[in-house]
Amino acid sequence: MAVTSSLQVALVMSIAVIAVCGFSSMSISFLRNYIPSSIRIIVQMVIIASLVILVDQILKAFAFEISKTLSVFVGLIITNCIVMGRAEAFAMKNPPLASFLDGIGNGLGYGLLLMLVGVVRELFGSGSLFGITILESVNNGGWYVPNGLLLLPPSAFFIIGLLIWAARTWKPAQVEEREFKIQVVEEH
Amino acid sequence: MPDRESSTLWGRLIALPVDSTPKTIFVAVTLCLFCSMIVAFAAVNLRPIQVYNKALDKKVNILQVAGLYKEGVDVGAVFSSFEPRIVDMRTGKFTDAIDIASFDERAAAKDPGMSSELQEDPASIGRKPNFTTVYLLKNKDGSLDKIILPIYGYGLWSTLYGFIALEENGNDIYGLQFYDHAETPGLGAEVDNPRWKAQWQGKKLRDEAGNLMIQVAKVAKVKEHHIDALAGATLTSDGVDNLVKFWMGKSGFAAFISNLKAGAA
Repeated sequence: MAVTSSLQVALVMSIAVIAVCGFSSMSISFLRNYIPSSIRIIVQMVIIASLVILVDQILKAFAFEISKTLSVFVGLIITNCIVMGRAEAFAMKNPPLASFLDGIGNGLGYGLLLMLVGVVRELFGSGSLFGITILESVNNGGWYVPNGLLLLPPSAFFIIGLLIWAARTWKPAQVEEREFKIQVVEEH
Repeated sequence: MPDRESSTLWGRLIALPVDSTPKTIFVAVTLCLFCSMIVAFAAVNLRPIQVYNKALDKKVNILQVAGLYKEGVDVGAVFSSFEPRIVDMRTGKFTDAIDIASFDERAAAKDPGMSSELQEDPASIGRKPNFTTVYLLKNKDGSLDKIILPIYGYGLWSTLYGFIALEENGNDIYGLQFYDHAETPGLGAEVDNPRWKAQWQGKKLRDEAGNLMIQVAKVAKVKEHHIDALAGATLTSDGVDNLVKFWMGKSGFAAFISNLKAGAA
């Protein structure tokens, strides 16, 4: 959420998540018959964490500027539910290649969402895409008044809320059933 | 019936079911070893490139604080217009006793032979280095244009390392910028916010009487010495306030600045 205010950063983050998700699923799938079930979550965490550190180190070496913007958020991939969710739900029961593709696919979905949010936030928040000015802002002599809210983290939640709304309107099957019904009070 | 392989310790371990305690411990230890090896391998091998990036980033920051940085500029070439000099902090004068190319600032600040313990320590840095590198930006005719001084001090979570750029009179601030810190993203890390940094330009360190007046605070006492504190980051702001006051004060660069102005540095 915090990394989607510019597309370039969101793209790097997406690639990082896709790589971590794919390779962690693959390695866990390779080991799936040797992982004792009592420590399986920890084993998954260790593998994911190692991969994340690897990605972080590579970013620091080859994309220093972006790694400075991403700061702690690369490290937070470790706690990303998608990565561990796929490791636990899919990679523990399926062969390596299928798990790898599953991880890549899930990472791609996550990346797509990040990019969608990023497009909205960067375009309307700073009037540019990938740092290239599209809507000339008033400060630079243009006509567009940037929406400052979109540069702040909460805006990402609004956009995601709207996306979920749109997805559910498009495909009503996505709507979850209510967990409880409001009781109708009988009249006496 | 046990087969022949199980007579060895290794064979017996392999034959154990996956969920047994010895096997669990074995898997855990092996995996940890393996993962730590991969991480260590990556860290060691990528270190030179990372160190180079950090050095480049420091130069970029020096250019930025002096207002010379533009996108795509040749950092090395522009940086050569700066004259790095080592200052002896005890006398406030230039010294040639130390080779500038191999001088490691952060190591020297911790070395008991190269630094002194601070009694009054508002910036929470523990020891004051005896030598620091300053960068002088000269005009074409050789006269002094700007002075870039390194400053650092403790914020909320981390030591903030940065530079302050002063005009040639040693009193007007041209800019201030941090290049290394680990403050909270979105709150304390807003010290990197261009709009916040822009406040520093044109502010004066001292008043007419020579008192150090610069302050980072919520309420302005004197406008030309006041920097607005960051909202939601009181401790980081206080840290910046303290470290600027410390480095610009008499235990910091005050002696050097007055020497430089008098031409006695």
